[in-house]
Amino acid sequence: MPHWVDLLRVLVGKELQVRYKGSLLGYLWSVLHPLAFAAVFFVVFQHVVRIEVEHYAMVLITALFPWQWLQNSVTASPMWFVENASLIKKVRFPRWTLVLAGALTDLTHFLFALPVIFFFLLLEGFPPRIGWLVLLPLLVATQLLVAFGISLAVASANLFLRDLERLTSVLVLLWFYATPVLYPIDHVPEAWRPLVAGNPAGALVICWRGLFLEGTVPPESLAIALAWGVALMGLGTFVYRSVQWRFAEVV
Amino acid sequence: MSSASRTEPAAAGDAVIQLEDVAKRYTVTNLAGLGAKNLLVHPGRTLRALRSARQHTALDGVSLRVARGECLGVIGRNGSGKSTLLGLVAGVLRPSAGRVSVRGRVCPLLELGAGFHHELSGIENAILNGVLLGLPRREVVARLDQILEFAELGDFVDRPLRMYSSGMVARLGFSVAVHVDPDVLLLDEVLAVGDERFRAKCQAKMAEFRARGVTMFFVSHAMETVLEVSTRVAWLAAGKLEALGAPAEVVGRYREANRP
Repeated sequence: MPHWVDLLRVLVGKELQVRYKGSLLGYLWSVLHPLAFAAVFFVVFQHVVRIEVEHYAMVLITALFPWQWLQNSVTASPMWFVENASLIKKVRFPRWTLVLAGALTDLTHFLFALPVIFFFLLLEGFPPRIGWLVLLPLLVATQLLVAFGISLAVASANLFLRDLERLTSVLVLLWFYATPVLYPIDHVPEAWRPLVAGNPAGALVICWRGLFLEGTVPPESLAIALAWGVALMGLGTFVYRSVQWRFAEVV
Repeated sequence: MSSASRTEPAAAGDAVIQLEDVAKRYTVTNLAGLGAKNLLVHPGRTLRALRSARQHTALDGVSLRVARGECLGVIGRNGSGKSTLLGLVAGVLRPSAGRVSVRGRVCPLLELGAGFHHELSGIENAILNGVLLGLPRREVVARLDQILEFAELGDFVDRPLRMYSSGMVARLGFSVAVHVDPDVLLLDEVLAVGDERFRAKCQAKMAEFRARGVTMFFVSHAMETVLEVSTRVAWLAAGKLEALGAPAEVVGRYREANRP
């Protein structure tokens, strides 16, 4: 077994242990955060703005949890190498494991939150679907590609352009509104559809919502998400490989 | 990163660390002036600044051979290239010219608590650190008893690291490093921490290592310690190898040259 498997195991273990250390609250926090957002958005858009969408609460929940995973991974990514400067300067180990461990930790939090999503689906009368068994792992894998690809590129580039952290948080905020989390895709004017449904998070969120609510995903959205996953993974690998030999000099 | 060449044991008398005419140049860029914002807002100026960046030579024309079981002391004033040399041997820096070859597992002794997490217990941190230093997880677990015993943590092994004194953290770090079975141990001014008793224990461990054929690279400003543990001493001055030879002689010349 290659050594990076052990590395990933202890790094993910560390992140999870730190988060869940002897407390039920640790778990609650990772679920409460998206739920609190869902509650706020529900009140604002259902009762104040009066958006006309059926099962709006479920439309929100099924998109907010996967979005939170992506958002957490991308927002944390600029710091992965900077925070581990003392290790990078002294120890020779595959540095990409730091970034992948971060993405896998966020993935784990998402998996832990799945029962909560299922609970609300059942409560609202959405039955469990056969499609979940196959499509859920496929979507998880696709989103991991997207999250890891972006994180690897941003974490590497941030060593050279140190203000990338601020830029990332601004872009993620814009990205949130350009992704159909608060609204279903069919509410978007035709002219803007390509931007909203064609960006990596948009395609993923459309798939997640379809999967949870109807048990299927639109094939074109899945294809777009997969293509983004592969492309972003390629970009991340390219950026990382072209600068990683200089990490210990600049970190 | 070829793990095959790293596990191959070196025979007695062989050079474990070999540097041939090694140079290391850094590009000096003003990182504060270089950001994504500037790149977007003033692309021309930022790219010009990048191109006009000066080069700083940290090491130049250094050739060295360190045999199995040697303890090479590296001395020199601040900025003379000691840390760069250590980085090259650790494999985290790439030489700008020349060749660096190191055989076997290189284990750097990390500065106080690097790679540790303050919320994890001593046991969890020992496993994390051991794997980061290159040992398979199950190997670290197998050696856990030895690691914890050597570190003398007592009841604290299960408590989070934030409750430890800095001496305890240092002991745990040193203990993990010496138990990962390094072929080459890199020490950077680390014996300065810990109390008298633990320092004596560390030096005993280093003597044991030397007897077992572990190669050591020891960077320090503490001349007494350098004289005590080194079998040879290398003196770096402004990136060049000023002298290489018997500890007493090189340290003597260094002291002569740096007399206030």
